[in-house]
Amino acid sequence: MEPLAITWFVLIAVLWIGYLLLEGFDLGVGMRMLFASRDERERRVMLNTIGPVWDGNEVWLITAGAGTFAAFPEWYASLFSTLYVPLTLALVGLILRAVSIEWRGKVHTQRWRSAWTAGIGVGSLIAAFCVGAMLALTTLGLPIDGNGDRVGGPFVWFGWPAIVGGLAVVGFSLAHGSTFLALKADGSVRSRAAVFAERWSPACLVPAAIWAVWVQLEHGGNPLSWALVLLAVVGGAWGWVQARARREGLAFTGYAAFGLFGVAAIFAGVFPKVLPSTIDPAFDLTLMNASSSPYTLGVMTVITAVSLPIILGYQAWSYWVFRKRVTPGMIPDAHIVLPATLRDRDADRGVAPTA
Amino acid sequence: MEALDIARWQFGITTVYHFMLVPLTLGLGMAIAVMQSIWVRTGDEKFLRMVKFWGKLYLINFILGVATGLVQEFQFGMAWSEYSRFVGDVFGAPLALEGLLAFFAESTFLGIWIFGWGRLRKGLHLAALWCAVIGSWLSAYFIIVANSWMQHPVGVEMTAEGRPVMTDIWAVLTNNTAIAAFTHTIFGALIVAGMFLIGISWYHLWRRRHDGIDRADASGRVIVGEAASVPGRDRTDHGVWLWSLRAGAVVAIVAFGGTALTGDWQGKLMYEQQPMKMASAEAACHTGSSFSVLSIGDPGTTDCRDVVTLIEIPGVLGFLGTGEWGADMPGITDLEPQYVNQYGETIPDDELYGSFAGTEVNYVPPMWVTYWGFRLMIGLGGITAFGALVALWLTRRGTVPTSPWIMRLAILGILAPFAGNIAGWIFTEIGRQPFVVAPNPDPSGIDGVFMFTAAAVSPGVTIGELLFSVITLTAVYAVLMVVEIFLLVKYVRGGVASAMPELAPRHDRGDDPGDRPDGERDDVLAFAY
Repeated sequence: MEPLAITWFVLIAVLWIGYLLLEGFDLGVGMRMLFASRDERERRVMLNTIGPVWDGNEVWLITAGAGTFAAFPEWYASLFSTLYVPLTLALVGLILRAVSIEWRGKVHTQRWRSAWTAGIGVGSLIAAFCVGAMLALTTLGLPIDGNGDRVGGPFVWFGWPAIVGGLAVVGFSLAHGSTFLALKADGSVRSRAAVFAERWSPACLVPAAIWAVWVQLEHGGNPLSWALVLLAVVGGAWGWVQARARREGLAFTGYAAFGLFGVAAIFAGVFPKVLPSTIDPAFDLTLMNASSSPYTLGVMTVITAVSLPIILGYQAWSYWVFRKRVTPGMIPDAHIVLPATLRDRDADRGVAPTA
Repeated sequence: MEALDIARWQFGITTVYHFMLVPLTLGLGMAIAVMQSIWVRTGDEKFLRMVKFWGKLYLINFILGVATGLVQEFQFGMAWSEYSRFVGDVFGAPLALEGLLAFFAESTFLGIWIFGWGRLRKGLHLAALWCAVIGSWLSAYFIIVANSWMQHPVGVEMTAEGRPVMTDIWAVLTNNTAIAAFTHTIFGALIVAGMFLIGISWYHLWRRRHDGIDRADASGRVIVGEAASVPGRDRTDHGVWLWSLRAGAVVAIVAFGGTALTGDWQGKLMYEQQPMKMASAEAACHTGSSFSVLSIGDPGTTDCRDVVTLIEIPGVLGFLGTGEWGADMPGITDLEPQYVNQYGETIPDDELYGSFAGTEVNYVPPMWVTYWGFRLMIGLGGITAFGALVALWLTRRGTVPTSPWIMRLAILGILAPFAGNIAGWIFTEIGRQPFVVAPNPDPSGIDGVFMFTAAAVSPGVTIGELLFSVITLTAVYAVLMVVEIFLLVKYVRGGVASAMPELAPRHDRGDDPGDRPDGERDDVLAFAY
């Protein structure tokens, strides 16, 4: 087996781990804005915990997609065309979420803010579910023919693997996002998130654990992948113990370990396949038949080996710069934007701004 | 309607839309980085205000570019799986490099810049912006490298199965087509930024005169005033707009010169690499050296018999194509047999091509689009540069005329370079048809590497799915454009104070400051969502 192809299999797994660990918590914070905030100031505290970093986190997804294109074009082409509908929905969710985060604070009316709050929450939910479904399906298999094209209609992918995978990422994001808020926010947002992590996070992690075990059973598993499953479960359980003890930093670390080892276990379990076919094992896409040429993989490996540590360095620095907890007192007052015109000449003189 | 048509419409709609947002990000980002550098150096308040105001508009626009860019990253695999399989070995690399070397820096450092006001030392905060802007320029470079490979495939060899594999990444990254197109695109983006600065600054200078704040003396020289009752409408405010306007005009004029030079280079490359594209851009049916000023005919024609050239200038076309006055350029009627000879009369009779298998290939792109796209691009660029020159002249005494019509024209002028950019891209992409990867008959290209667009679409994706996505994305994009324009207008009308709450008197700022616990007053975020 081509060692460079194995390297890229690992790198794709690393990119997905990066995405799920980082964007996982900001998707979770986004979803929590739908149900776990009482007033405007709380919502702004929540949003500003992820404010400086969420966009950088999302680049892990873009790079996972583009890296798959460069290293495994067959995988990229077959997976994304087969999952056309859920990917379209994921993209719409991500678009909605991105503009909602940026535009929400630009107008100070109740209606405007509620609408974009819903955009952040619903967008995060759709994106998390669809990305999870896609990852579950690429590890548990899709009905693809010898050319890698879908056999069956646009919804043939919908079934238990998609549901479990979708719920896995939604659940993990909620648990991870709650421990993140407990770590990064202060005041009522912090305490409510801590209570949620204590009560609900074990249930949130169950679908992800089912997915990880399912992959092992489906593909026979191997000692490494089972060990990783075990580590994931231990990490999650330890994180829950810490969450109950309100040690927020350790709880966050525990759930991060769950995500890290869980995704690693899933990729290790499906190795060396990248997209199994549920029609015929002969149609499986694997490291051998889906990868780019050794030259391309070599070039990409060198560039990634140099750039990834630098990326991790400056992303870590950005977290360091914004390491302080966001308190309600740090949130600036709402700023009303009015036309810069001499009011006495203006028709809208005396109209009170709606706060 | 065939799946291919819907997939092409989708790619066209999403990409043109994305490229309405990107030039402003590229150009305005650089302008703001320069403004902030001047502020850090001189400490001049005027430049801080520029950074804050233009930065606000930049961010409103930036996010929509990022959001719609996501679609670009995934839709090759979704709707164009055969294309992705065919070119992935070479085409995926620049996309991955774009993520690794450009997007990460752009997004991470922009986050640091937005939230870093007052938290980072001035120099470090400025460095973060520079990293973000350089990241965005790098991303433009990498995606144009990918696109240029489709126009001029280099750095590959064909495998036994007939697939191109990369053999030389350096050749791909230094593709002359890519360097020409990247510089051309960057200059185009700077024109967009220049006209944006002019139009909006014009509005504010006009507003100040209209409101009686600024006046002109007998010689027309400005007498700067201030209005205490309007937040931000002080003397510094005048300097913000005048400097922005005149700097924008200079940038637009210089950048237009840049587009002319790089465009000329591109034209010469295109004559070598894609002679059919250039011939159809000129509606040059017959080999010769005359440049068509006006040709008419059946819109959408791909047939030379329908084209009538009314006005032409002898000799110019040869100069544009080769630098030599009067040199003969190949015309469509001569090129077509060559293409048929080299790439076949019909699309191969392979099930891969679906309903297109065995059908006749038309090697002439829709001339109506290429001919007018090319002229629209050049014409709008010229009008823009002329407008910028006029703007410099009219503002030489320190303010703008009181005429509301000139002000409206300046605002309208913002749209011209956007349209010019779009026209240029539509020309070059439509001009590549019927190929998605264009064969290059010249010696520096690799002639065997090409792909018909009809073969690129995903075989497993249904018409229903494509319709679903094109309708959904178009609808979402349309709504978001309305919101973006609404927000831009709102923040433009607010002037500098819309981005600097500290300019507004306390009671105008909304929440009662009394609810803030003591000890936390100093730690309020300068920027927060």
